[in-house]
Amino acid sequence: MSARVEPIRGKREGSPFTGLWAVVGKDMADHLTSARMRILDALILITALGTVYIATENLRQAADDRFLFLTLFTTGQGSVPAFVGFLGILVPLVAISLAFDAVNGEFNQGTLARVLSQPIYRDALLLGKFLAGLFTLALVLTAIFLLIIGMGILRLGIPPTGEEVARIVLFLIATVFYGGVWLALALVFSTISRQPATAALASIAVWLFFLIFWGILTGRLAQSLRPVRIGMLEEVIRQAELAIGLARISPNTLFVEIAMGLLQPATRSFGMVLPTQLSGALLGAPLPLGQSVQLIWPQLTALIAETILLFALAYVLFQRQEIRA
Amino acid sequence: MNDIGGKSTFAIETRGLTKRYGDTLAVDDLDLKVAQGEVFGLLGPNGSGKTTTILMMLGLTEPTGGQVRVLDFDPARQPLSVKSRVGYLPDQIGFYDDLTARQNLIYIAKLNGIQRSEYEQRITAALERVGLGEHTDQPVKTFSRGMRQRLGVADLLIKRPAIMIMDEPTLGLDPEAARDFLDVIRGFKREGITILLSSHLLYQVQAVCDRVGLFHQGRMMLEGSVRELARQVLGGGYRVLVGARGPADALEQALAALPHALAVEHNQNGTYVVAADEDIRAQAAKAVIQAGGELVSLSMEEPNLDDVYATYFREVEHERTS
Ligand SMILES: Nc1ncnc2c1ncn2[C@@H]1O[C@H](COP(=O)(O)OP(=O)(O)O)[C@@H](O)[C@H]1O
Ligand SMILES: [Mg+2]
Repeated sequence: MSARVEPIRGKREGSPFTGLWAVVGKDMADHLTSARMRILDALILITALGTVYIATENLRQAADDRFLFLTLFTTGQGSVPAFVGFLGILVPLVAISLAFDAVNGEFNQGTLARVLSQPIYRDALLLGKFLAGLFTLALVLTAIFLLIIGMGILRLGIPPTGEEVARIVLFLIATVFYGGVWLALALVFSTISRQPATAALASIAVWLFFLIFWGILTGRLAQSLRPVRIGMLEEVIRQAELAIGLARISPNTLFVEIAMGLLQPATRSFGMVLPTQLSGALLGAPLPLGQSVQLIWPQLTALIAETILLFALAYVLFQRQEIRA
Repeated sequence: MNDIGGKSTFAIETRGLTKRYGDTLAVDDLDLKVAQGEVFGLLGPNGSGKTTTILMMLGLTEPTGGQVRVLDFDPARQPLSVKSRVGYLPDQIGFYDDLTARQNLIYIAKLNGIQRSEYEQRITAALERVGLGEHTDQPVKTFSRGMRQRLGVADLLIKRPAIMIMDEPTLGLDPEAARDFLDVIRGFKREGITILLSSHLLYQVQAVCDRVGLFHQGRMMLEGSVRELARQVLGGGYRVLVGARGPADALEQALAALPHALAVEHNQNGTYVVAADEDIRAQAAKAVIQAGGELVSLSMEEPNLDDVYATYFREVEHERTS
């Protein structure tokens, strides 16, 4: 008799998503009732109310814009950034706080072994936790956006146009995906580190890195990788292009560009403009919605691609992890 | 050759099962068979490979080599079939502390795909059965260690398992709670559930096990009923303590002459310790009277797995060094 050599991992029976919705339901309920989420909700709410108030104050003075409701999101005053600016900072924080203890929390509570000994795959648990975070984020953001529109209607005295609604909805979806990147990042760290505090700090470190240092670094990197030797215009442009390409690795840059494209309809390109300047690329007439969407499409796909990559990393790490204490 | 060919009629069967962590052989070429309806004890000191064996049976850790069949399913390839029929009580059991006992069990029921109309009643019944009926809607963070353990058992009951696998189930329980727990296990056995439990406290679980396997550094060195092992290793294992007054020599001779008695020792305080391979209390009492003695006390120590283990490994150690 010959010894059959069988691969341990052959075809697995059943769907990898068995039990997925049970996990999503349980984790969403946890998120929505947690004190942590209530604090963050309050924070977003306050910034929303504050920035919208400031925006409407300013709008009353110069109110003949075709896209009044969009300017509610993009108008700041003096040192107070616009609501979009706040979102760029708060959404990562909320996303990280939703996922930094997703896996290691279960492990430390001793629930991981018990849950994984139920008839589900690890896939369902990890994806369920990710989706629960994403849906929670979507729910919270939808509520806040509705509130802003409601306040706008009250203070401006007119309803938003159909195109404004469409642009805001698209921006809402993009914002949720922006949160998805940070959710997946925190999920990676919650799989790597057994300590939730370590996972939270690591996630925040990455976030701060992109928020503060990446902009400086991309310039330096572009300078050293494509130095301007003779001073020809072509060289300068090539260097700037590299700098922009590098900057677009950062989800923050992608998010800011999407916000510009959708909420400032006159935006025609992000080419040679520093992406941190929200009002740089305004040239004349607004673009139709379809063209604005085309403009931000690469940014949106890049955000989603980053999310998928990070989730895949978390998945690989989690599959190989020993579940015992 | 190491194939479990055809159908496995055992509840659990392993063949050449091996798990290696780097240089450590956590489980080494394990052949184990647990029959349907049996209570099997996986016994051995910490680090001897019990938990690793259990995790491989549930498909929660991949074997390095060898085969496992649980209810004739392969846990590595059919984990859902295995896990929907096998209840697992981990050694460090945890619950969602902010949720109530019932909410914790509802989550487990949903993960098992049990419908609401069905699980409501199963959960109530399970909590009643383990004596937590009063605490159904209390958050688990208010539970004592013993209550958590019982909630863990209720958790096993939700999926109505054919097999229960319990890792160190009596760990950290006070003696009374541990005894109660063994009664619970006997109850499951009466219902025909196959039970595999592990423990490093041999004496604590020996009474409830039909058969045990003694582990040592990843290998199962001895296997059988406690009585078989005691006979094999200790040459008996029963110690009948006879307290008697009367002619010492005659009593000693009479006791030594009993069938199944292996040796008699006379202590200063007037007790005779009879080593035997059976329970011979009745015969000993009769022998004392017939030899003209007065019976003062009579008791027996059952064969003790700790003795078996200690004796066996002393011998193994002795053989290796000599
Ligand atoms: N994840 C791991 N990595 C490396 N070694 C491990 C791991 N898990 C267990 N071991 C080793 O495997 C051996 C068996 O452990 P275990 O199965 O937990 O024993 P028991 O449950 O009998 O106490 C021990 O030597 C332990 O150190
Ligand atoms: Mg163990």
